[in-house]
Amino acid sequence: MPAGQVMALIGPSGAGKSTLIRCVNRLVEPTKGTIQLKELELTRLSKRQLRIARRRIGMIFQEFALVDRLSVMENVLSGQLGYVGFWPSWFRRFPAPVVNRAFELLERVGIADQMDKRADQLSGGQRQRVGIARALLQDPEILLVDEPTASLDPKTSRSVMRILIELADEHGLAAIINIHDVALAKQFVERIVGLRDGLVVFDGTPDELTEEVLTEIYGEEDWSLTKKRPKEGDEHDEDDDDEHDAEAVAAAARTDRAVTRGAPAERP
Amino acid sequence: MSTATDRIKPVWRPKPSIRNPLLRYGLVIGTIGYLYLAFATIDVNWGRVVQGMERAQFLFAGFLRPDFVSRWQFIQSGILESITMTIVATVLGVALSIPFAFGAARNIAPLPVYLFCRAVIAVSRSLQEIVIAIIFVVMVGFGPLAGVLTLAFASIGFLGKLLAEDIEDIDPRQLEAIRSTGGSWFQSMSFGVVPQIMPRFVGLSVYRLDINFRESAVIGIVGAGGIGGALNTSIARYEFGITAAIILVIVALVYAGEYASGVIRAKVQ
Ligand SMILES: Nc1ncnc2c1ncn2[C@@H]1O[C@H](COP(=O)(O)OP(=O)(O)O)[C@@H](O)[C@H]1O
Ligand SMILES: [Mg+2]
Repeated sequence: MPAGQVMALIGPSGAGKSTLIRCVNRLVEPTKGTIQLKELELTRLSKRQLRIARRRIGMIFQEFALVDRLSVMENVLSGQLGYVGFWPSWFRRFPAPVVNRAFELLERVGIADQMDKRADQLSGGQRQRVGIARALLQDPEILLVDEPTASLDPKTSRSVMRILIELADEHGLAAIINIHDVALAKQFVERIVGLRDGLVVFDGTPDELTEEVLTEIYGEEDWSLTKKRPKEGDEHDEDDDDEHDAEAVAAAARTDRAVTRGAPAERP
Repeated sequence: MSTATDRIKPVWRPKPSIRNPLLRYGLVIGTIGYLYLAFATIDVNWGRVVQGMERAQFLFAGFLRPDFVSRWQFIQSGILESITMTIVATVLGVALSIPFAFGAARNIAPLPVYLFCRAVIAVSRSLQEIVIAIIFVVMVGFGPLAGVLTLAFASIGFLGKLLAEDIEDIDPRQLEAIRSTGGSWFQSMSFGVVPQIMPRFVGLSVYRLDINFRESAVIGIVGAGGIGGALNTSIARYEFGITAAIILVIVALVYAGEYASGVIRAKVQ
């Protein structure tokens, strides 16, 4: 990935999107292959070196993964743990410039007034903004974002995505964003990679992501279950509704068959 | 139609939990027979029961007139010693139980550390306080030091086990998020684990304080200091008024502790 590029990673559940981005900061150990961050080969680092390298990789989670019982400010400041010693962090004595920057970030994402609330008192959208601020306080070079909007309503999803993309641009950050909502991905990113069964099956711009490609990424597996292809003109929503559609078709096919099988028995 | 409904009047009964009737009734008869034989082996000496009843009368008479005054110095010093023992032992036990709790949580400790900590906790939990007290009295002599060591050691097993289970139940995503920022192991614990277990930690510690106070009254009987010694002496001398006074003081203090711990636990939720 070139520096500063924002890339969406799409694919059905279980395709390996989360596994892939967890391999980058080695929350999951890859069994083979190498991962490189600029000059640094992440897959060869010792535990200690990995800890240092993780400071350069910000991560944002689907369920926000905030520490519920800590305040919003403490959650954001935890982004600096890689730079601060144990005792200062235990007594919450972070350097003044860091605290100022945390405050600026909270203002930037629009929740500075919630600073001293406990994280579990916020709404979903607010919690994800805290998650974004925490990742950015790390001063990362790349953001790993795992389904940032999957637990949010459509409007909040959009505003969270917008903030995320804007901040990545402002700081010149590269980002890998796992996302289910293909329409949202197309709207916000410059490059899309499609994964299926752990393999890259598409890599291109949002414009190149056509219906056929989408069917290849999301559909094949499910259509083949029904042993018959849907009509050519069939339209599909460009999001994870596809999976439900596939299930509906499969179910319909099953009842079809049951009816035809049942019919001869009633004839005599 | 009507004949069918008249003839078949189904009577519903709950299904017996043991199907085989032979086994079912056999078990009932066997149990009764065993209980009869077991009671038959208890050799009741009715003469002694009557004597005991007389003593029980003295005891209850004593309860009607608890004597706080004649040996108040004695009671007071015993109670103060118990309280001191309780507090020192709880602080010591809580402090020592923390590393054992983290070590005994499978989700954060490496296997050898886990096995070691679980072993220590298992030993502490398998020995009753009286047994531990006897061992420490032999090791360090009579007095409150043995009592403090006893209660601290018992607290490690109690708190270590319950806290370790709480650590194993934390939300792993919160811990993972902290680890992904590049925080050290200790920082991951202090930001990712401690906030999640804090309420239970405080609750359990306060509860253990309560238990330790009650136990301090018991282990005194084997010479490990505290009010238990005074209690034992008063009974041995048939000074049941004083016995009653001591028991009432213990009850009052346990109640006070109960109330205080309720207030504290409500605060940290
Ligand atoms: N490349 C791979 N090799 C082996 N197992 C994989 C691979 N990718 C994914 N998996 C396994 O597939 C499962 C689902 O992967 P996950 O990353 O959670 O999917 P997604 O986030 O796309 O829904 C996981 O149990 C993971 O271990
Ligand atoms: Mg996933």
